[in-house]
Amino acid sequence: MQPKLTNSDCHDAREDTEYAEQPKEDFLRRSSADAGTRVARGDVSHDVKIQTNDLDIYYDSCHAIKEVSAEIREHEITALIGPSGCGKSTFLRALNRMNDEIPEARTTGQVLLEGEDIYREGTDLVALRRRVGQVFQQPNPFPMSVYRNVIYGPRLQRRVARQEADEIVERSLRGAALWDEVKDQLHKSAMDLSGGQQQRLCIARCLAVESEVLLMDEPCSALDPTATFRIEELMLELKQKMAIVIVTHNMYQASRVSDRTGFFLLGELVEFGRTTQIFEDPHDDRTDAYVRGRFG
Amino acid sequence: MNVRRPHLIDPRISQRVAFTGFWLVALFVTLPLVGIVLYMLYRGGSVINWQLLTSMDGLYPAIVGTTYLVSLTALIAAPVGIGAAIYLSEYAGRGKLVRMIRLAIINLAGVPSVVYGLFGLALFVIILDWGRCLMSGAATLALLVLPLIIAASEEALRQVPRGLREGSLALGASKWQTIRRVVLPNALAGMITGMILSVARAAGETAPILFTAAFYSLSNPFPRTVFDPIIAMPFQLYVTATEEPHVDPAFTWAMAFVLVALVLGLNLVATFIRSRLRRRRW
Repeated sequence: MQPKLTNSDCHDAREDTEYAEQPKEDFLRRSSADAGTRVARGDVSHDVKIQTNDLDIYYDSCHAIKEVSAEIREHEITALIGPSGCGKSTFLRALNRMNDEIPEARTTGQVLLEGEDIYREGTDLVALRRRVGQVFQQPNPFPMSVYRNVIYGPRLQRRVARQEADEIVERSLRGAALWDEVKDQLHKSAMDLSGGQQQRLCIARCLAVESEVLLMDEPCSALDPTATFRIEELMLELKQKMAIVIVTHNMYQASRVSDRTGFFLLGELVEFGRTTQIFEDPHDDRTDAYVRGRFG
Repeated sequence: MNVRRPHLIDPRISQRVAFTGFWLVALFVTLPLVGIVLYMLYRGGSVINWQLLTSMDGLYPAIVGTTYLVSLTALIAAPVGIGAAIYLSEYAGRGKLVRMIRLAIINLAGVPSVVYGLFGLALFVIILDWGRCLMSGAATLALLVLPLIIAASEEALRQVPRGLREGSLALGASKWQTIRRVVLPNALAGMITGMILSVARAAGETAPILFTAAFYSLSNPFPRTVFDPIIAMPFQLYVTATEEPHVDPAFTWAMAFVLVALVLGLNLVATFIRSRLRRRRW
């Protein structure tokens, strides 16, 4: 059972797990709750999972994110691109309130997770972060066994009996396409895994708490091309049951895996749209310059 | 290319000179230690034997007393010091109160040890009326080592990578869960090392126990409760060397050697634990 931020009986409170198990076609046939945000060109728009309204973030006096309004959709990969220091990571960290851990950061505006503002007073950060998981740039497995890494999240909340724990570990590792590689060394240190395996282990940790959204902050920048490829494959698989937001410096990666792309520049969300449109027909000159610059 | 001033000395030679100079300086700092140990052995070596360490009129009561003293000091100082370090490094913000606490800790470290002794005498021995005993001495020494333990523990906590904390928080762990399950296990090696080094320092301190715990001779040298007085090595050494006539100087030097060996031994243990726990993965 997932912890919920809301117990309202509107469509927000539907069972996402049950929902995710349905074949994708079934899902697509569902009427979108937010039909107004559908776009033309025959593409199907999924439900909005996270919506930000006029989000501003300051570090002391530095205005890092300026009035950003964007939508993150279910079953899609949203890529955030832009030069270093443009605020895309800051924006990402606003979505699970990880910026709260930075004392000088201040946030105004709204971030709606299924319609509920996560910045409103009294939000349960624990529940929020279980729903909105995060994978970091540097793989950060805990210095403990593979098994204990995966079961770390569930065990924060409750006692998990041995058998159930075994099941969660296997399911999560399978979900992260890591099971076959580590099933014989579950009780060995996670620090001995390769970088790519460590990153997939970090994804498995999120799956173990049944995250609904996965925030990935340049998850492949510390990995070699083969490991990167495996992560990308995994992302495409995972989006069947969750929403994924990825910050990346790699334009090819953004165009390869994402459904939508947002271009950040100096804290501003310059352009946000379908990935094909952003890369092939950007409306803003700055996006055009950035995208072309990288493609030569 | 800019025209550069030609080197007055061939850089390879100046590199050589610098290297040799630093090597000599580094070597020099080890000389006092080696010199002290060798001199103590030279003066007292003739009387150092198993008998000296284990007999009642040898060093045995002092070794036992110092062991008790040091253990109790660690027992008192560890929870307070580690707790304070956790607060300062994990919870405290940048407020005025926190700055004052930090200032107090820094200044506490600068207070001369004899002042601790006088303070311990006033507070523990007289006001609290514990008398000159193991407890008063350990409490006084605990105050003395507290700043060291706090500094070492804070440093150990700071060494825990931010990525681990964030990884834990991002999985829905509370701050305290993160500290208990991820931060503390990873800071443990550093904390224990700091603790042992601080305690080794306390083992050799004389002034704080001068008025609070130690006696030169006791009819019953082994304390039965923490409120019994003790015989402790540094104080024993002090009295033997300065006040007791007719004591064989070799005995004094032998005692000095044993005290130094104890402190060095503790330091070695600290180093050993640190390297062991560093290698441990989970």
